[in-house]
Amino acid sequence: MAHVVLVEDEPNIAEAIRFILSRDGCTVTALSDGMGGIEQLRSLGPDLVILDLMLPGISGLELLAAIRADRGLRGVPVMMLTAKGQGRDREAALQAGVNHFMTKPFSNTEMLAAVRGLVARRGAG
Amino acid sequence: MPISSLTGTRLRERRLALGLRQSEVASSAGISASYLNLIEHNRRRIGADLLAALAAALGAVPAELAEGAEGGLVDDLRAAAATAEALGGTSPAAAARAELDRVDEFAGRFPGWAGVVARLSRHGAGLERAVETLNDRLSHDPHLAASIHEVLSALSAVRSTAAILAETEDIEPEWRERFHRNLHHDSERMAAGAEALVAWLDGNPAAAETGMATPLDELETWLAGRGWSLPELEGGDPAPLRAEVAHLATGAARALAGAWLDRALRDAVALPMARLDGLLTDEPPDPLLIARACDVPVDLVFRRLALVPGRGWGLVVCDGSGTPVFRRPADGFALPRFGSACPLWPLYAALGHPGRAVLAEVAVAGRPSRRYRVLAHAMASHPQGFGGVELREAAMLVIPLVPAALSAAPPAAAAPPPLVVGPTCRICPKGACPARREPSVVATP
Repeated sequence: MAHVVLVEDEPNIAEAIRFILSRDGCTVTALSDGMGGIEQLRSLGPDLVILDLMLPGISGLELLAAIRADRGLRGVPVMMLTAKGQGRDREAALQAGVNHFMTKPFSNTEMLAAVRGLVARRGAG
Repeated sequence: MPISSLTGTRLRERRLALGLRQSEVASSAGISASYLNLIEHNRRRIGADLLAALAAALGAVPAELAEGAEGGLVDDLRAAAATAEALGGTSPAAAARAELDRVDEFAGRFPGWAGVVARLSRHGAGLERAVETLNDRLSHDPHLAASIHEVLSALSAVRSTAAILAETEDIEPEWRERFHRNLHHDSERMAAGAEALVAWLDGNPAAAETGMATPLDELETWLAGRGWSLPELEGGDPAPLRAEVAHLATGAARALAGAWLDRALRDAVALPMARLDGLLTDEPPDPLLIARACDVPVDLVFRRLALVPGRGWGLVVCDGSGTPVFRRPADGFALPRFGSACPLWPLYAALGHPGRAVLAEVAVAGRPSRRYRVLAHAMASHPQGFGGVELREAAMLVIPLVPAALSAAPPAAAAPPPLVVGPTCRICPKGACPARREPSVVATP
């Protein structure tokens, strides 16, 4: 059972994602911000991290950079949720080592397929 | 001492002012008259020694002849040439390069044209900066970014939640209830976000600052700010209105609003609001009957009806090209700010047939529940007499109708379907339309 950590400050989006991923057999831990930092992420031991780009306090980009710099987490796949019109930020996230982008608004089928793909790749690696 | 490229022009002006011949001055300075002629026409550059000799011959200080405002003109022309070069292009006109080595001669011989080129170049640079500023605002405006983010976030939540509700057959009742609540909450957020976006686009201060608002926009904004209420027109003192017009941002808007105000004052004298009010009943007004009763032109009645307090009747007036020259929106009946309006508007049916009364019950595409009684009429005039051009002006009065469900009147049996119109093709949601001239960004194909 894959453990997905979702960092999303929009409670209703988080709830919807948690519902569909839980139904697909994932364990989902939802965080409304990244203020717990890398320590919190490390303690959760995720198989996949889903990060919203625009988060209060610490941005999704900063969290991504921290994950890639952390010895224990750098191999964990990261999916970034972005909105259209954030082209420059997407470019920065790509350079920082994001594995997948999901553009808001996304379909649930799309989200499920991407999560399954990333988790499977992690398992195979 | 900088020797300006237009020193020759000043030498010539000085010599002519003194009434001296070229030969006399040339002889004093030790050069030939023909050489002085070339210098005076800025075809030969002049050294400091020769300038001193010529200045002495003309009783002037060399600096007076060497320095001048034209230096800026030459710099501007050089800048214009550099800009044209940077623009590039493949046409023969673009390939022809400015003769920079003769820029002094050009500025000296054709100062007027040189000034035009320099002014146009500066104007072009100003417009470029305005476009850059707008582009920058659109990209980085924090309010716009926040509004878009809000709408997209709410939309994401709605999309995912709605899909869960539609696709999950065995969803637990408590989850269903929770998702219904979320849907309601997010749809309200979406509406608020969309309203914020529209407000930003409508009232974008960048438009006024950069001159991107049209004079008609400024007039409309001023009148809308007054709630389309101008009691000062009715025999009172129009000075406050004129003072407000004087504060509009651009000269073009002040001129347009001034002319509009003059006509509105004449209209008010010919048909005072008190008299017009006495003719209005609960039924929608008929401008032709009012015009006959009051012995005034029908176009005047259209204009006066648009200013009746508390009614909210819309008015569009266009010239012979169909371009709106006045707009007062009616609630729910959108009027485009840019580009041409919907070709199905009764306004245009009237424009083609001056004197004909055009009446239609209209619905707006995408909002079928709202109905409007629309009356349009056009007039032709010949301000230059029989030998001159014909001018046309059409007016369209838009009267919101009380929804049938709220009306006390019995429903009309077998009423004809309304004419469905849009604001303008680009943003019209009407799917199949015989009058469509360009694809819509919102229509379902």
